[in-house]
Amino acid sequence: MSAPVLTISNLTAHYGDFQALFGVDLTLEQGQALAVIGANGAGKSTLMRAITGILPSPRDAITLNGRAIGHLSAPEVLEAGISMVPEGRKLFPSLSVEENLLIGAHARTGNGYWTLERLYDLFPILRERRHNPGTALSGGQQQMVAIGRALMSNPTVLLCDEISLGLAPVVIRDIYATFPKIRESGASVIVVEQDIGQALRIADHVCCMMEGRITLSGAPTDLSRDAIHNAYFGVSA
Amino acid sequence: MKNTLTKSVAVLLFVGLALVPVLGTRAMVQDLFMVLTLLILALNWNMLAGFAGLVSVGQQAFVGIGAYAMFAAVILWGLDPLVGIAIGGVAAIVLAVPIAFFTFRLNGAYFAIGTWVAAEIVRLSLAQWKALGGGTGTSLPKGTTKDMFGVDLIKDALDMSSSAASDALTYWLALLLAAVTLVSGYVFLRSRMGLGLQAIRDNAEAARSVGVDPIRLKAAVYLLTAFGTGLCGALLFIQITRVTPDAAFDVVDWTAFVIFITVIGGIGTLPGPVVGVIVFYALQRTLADYGTIYLIVLGLIGIAIMLFARKGLWGIFTAKTGIELLLLRHRAPKRS
Amino acid sequence: MIWVDTIVQGVLLGGLYALFAAGLSLVFGIMRLVNLAHGDLIVLAAFVILTMAGALGLHPFVAVLIAAPVMFAVGWLLQTYVLNRVLGDDILPPLLVTFGLSVVIQNGLLEGFSADSQKLSAGPIEAASIKLGPIAVGVMPLLTLVSAIVVIFALNQLFYRTKLGRAFRATSDDAVTAGLMGIRPRNVFAIATGIAMVVATIAALYLGIRANFDPTIGPARLIYAFQAVIIGGLGSLWGTLAGGIVIGVAQGLGAAINPEWQILAGHIAFVLVLLIRPRGLFPRAND
Ligand SMILES: Nc1ncnc2c1ncn2[C@@H]1O[C@H](COP(=O)(O)OP(=O)(O)OP(=O)(O)O)[C@@H](O)[C@H]1O
Ligand SMILES: [Mg+2]
Repeated sequence: MSAPVLTISNLTAHYGDFQALFGVDLTLEQGQALAVIGANGAGKSTLMRAITGILPSPRDAITLNGRAIGHLSAPEVLEAGISMVPEGRKLFPSLSVEENLLIGAHARTGNGYWTLERLYDLFPILRERRHNPGTALSGGQQQMVAIGRALMSNPTVLLCDEISLGLAPVVIRDIYATFPKIRESGASVIVVEQDIGQALRIADHVCCMMEGRITLSGAPTDLSRDAIHNAYFGVSA
Repeated sequence: MKNTLTKSVAVLLFVGLALVPVLGTRAMVQDLFMVLTLLILALNWNMLAGFAGLVSVGQQAFVGIGAYAMFAAVILWGLDPLVGIAIGGVAAIVLAVPIAFFTFRLNGAYFAIGTWVAAEIVRLSLAQWKALGGGTGTSLPKGTTKDMFGVDLIKDALDMSSSAASDALTYWLALLLAAVTLVSGYVFLRSRMGLGLQAIRDNAEAARSVGVDPIRLKAAVYLLTAFGTGLCGALLFIQITRVTPDAAFDVVDWTAFVIFITVIGGIGTLPGPVVGVIVFYALQRTLADYGTIYLIVLGLIGIAIMLFARKGLWGIFTAKTGIELLLLRHRAPKRS
Repeated sequence: MIWVDTIVQGVLLGGLYALFAAGLSLVFGIMRLVNLAHGDLIVLAAFVILTMAGALGLHPFVAVLIAAPVMFAVGWLLQTYVLNRVLGDDILPPLLVTFGLSVVIQNGLLEGFSADSQKLSAGPIEAASIKLGPIAVGVMPLLTLVSAIVVIFALNQLFYRTKLGRAFRATSDDAVTAGLMGIRPRNVFAIATGIAMVVATIAALYLGIRANFDPTIGPARLIYAFQAVIIGGLGSLWGTLAGGIVIGVAQGLGAAINPEWQILAGHIAFVLVLLIRPRGLFPRAND
């Protein structure tokens, strides 16, 4: 068994008085692809926001390669090696496609696997559209820009929040088809999905969330459809 | 219970202040007159910025137009200055219509400077009014204030000189206007419209969804506060007796001071301007000899308040003691 | 012919107003902050140049090279320790804080330098003029306009061609997502305000050479700057130049009719433009 890259232990998160996460535990192994699934409002995005430092967390609740990073701000978390494809893509409308990609490398100091060339090879359509405003693209192409932007920092851990949201099934399939290459570059991956089928296809491990808690966790092959269904919708068997 | 206590104290205070011209010195009357007029301006500005979210830096437009309208009424049309005050208020509200038409197109911060530009336009235009002295201004004819309606009555009743009697009259008018502004502000804020206004301030979307029209409500507040400010401007310049465009439209005297008073006392709270004007007066008495230092101190206090205690001294007081005078929201019914 | 001359002089004056406005436009474009102390900061910069020139016996054009970094630091510190704390959805705190700042700077300068009129003396160049066809054009006014064009060109290059400019635009679009890219919005804002103060220093140089100044003239400069920004369209730097020129020409024409109408004419032009085009001449698409 390989060493854990990212460890989350007893993580809580709040929006003002509202508690959105209740003691979440989670481990991401080196090279693993972990799927976090759950219904609307389960707390998946909140978990992502806590990991990336948008929401404050206790120092020791999150560790990356043994280093406590819970207390770090978003830019510091990025520098530590975690980057995110945010929910809703969040491209910068004032930036062209290429600038959106380049800004992903804003904090990067050394060289690394991902370069503009490699990204354009991964998503050839972006090479053609590179001088267009990021927001002038189709939804699928925008999602490619968002993924590319996150990769440009050469992350150790890549977080993807609902990549498939609002995209046609063929487009989703094309995007997920690039994941093996992304994982070859050395990144461990967490994908958040409501679309269970898609998540199970690419994941080595699945966590199911409901109402701010992880209710089920295991390898996709070990989990029965019923168990997942129950953990997802909260119906007792 | 507590509200009744507050009200009795307020009435006592009002009566006490009303007796100042009878019992106090003339210097006291003149000092308090300035304090009361600043309070009126601050109450109006607080309503505008603190409750309606309209941060105007151009209220001097209404002070100035009120003053000029009053001078025109007296000098050009031979009316009594007291009638001039009413005309001053009306002139301000009439002027507020085109200014609102123009500045309401500007958002947030740009509204602030837009109102300022509007005030500058009015100032520069009135400087062209040669009948009222153009750029150098003019004075009320000698004796005007002594001939004011009511001065003789006060003079005989209290056995004082006519100038003291005219001071007393303007003082009482200021006190009355301050009291009316405070009380009507309180009543307005507790009315359906006033609660709507606060709902807009706290959450414009939600307010719109329950059927409050923010623009119309804000425009109404803008016009009404222009009216109060215009009345106050006319009143002020009866006491000052000389008007120039620069003095009547002075951004420091009629807007900057007023903003600091409100911010220091507690913007968006009803007692804020009252607290602020007391602090302002105390500071002025202590630092008056230092001129510019006084303004620097005021500016620094204002900045510090905005950085560290946005609800001002009154906000600090309520947070520390839990006492809320003049409750604006109706209390939630007690659970038994 | 006299009208052509008036318009040319107005365009040149517009260059000065564009310089007043460029910093304001930059800061607004990036952080939606309207700095009511901008005019007073320009005047402060003029006094810094004056002091440097006096103390070190330098020509103003040299003194400005020392004043610029000083003013950059002033802007950086101001943003880091004061303005960053009041940015947010509520527009009241930034407005009132910068208003307070305006009063503090103005009276601080009165305390330090008195209300006397000052001037930066640049020597013979002040009176020099060149003939452009039938019109005589002052060298200083021409230099002002050229500087305004250069400054705005440089700011545009910075904004659209550099890594820093990319970070400016990204932060302006969405500060939270910019944070996910490793950008620190507060640092970006501090640098932007620092740059705005460098531009203000350049504006101060021409302000001080072309006319007398004293500590109280800041607010009027703020108003001209503000009008130029709004007329040009929020967030458009070339628009700001156009806005400055509109104000300059309007003032020139007003003054030609009656000297007392100079300022008034500028204000009225502003109101007219806004009534016809509420979002200014060159509004930015995504605002
Ligand atoms: N900014 C916020 N302020 C207050 N509450 C929030 C905020 N964002 C999310 N919540 C609440 O936190 C809970 C978890 O939300 P979260 O966005 O993490 O869910 P999610 O699992 O990502 O759902 P979805 O699939 O719809 O994206 C929900 O109850 C939501 O209403
Ligand atoms: Mg989500």
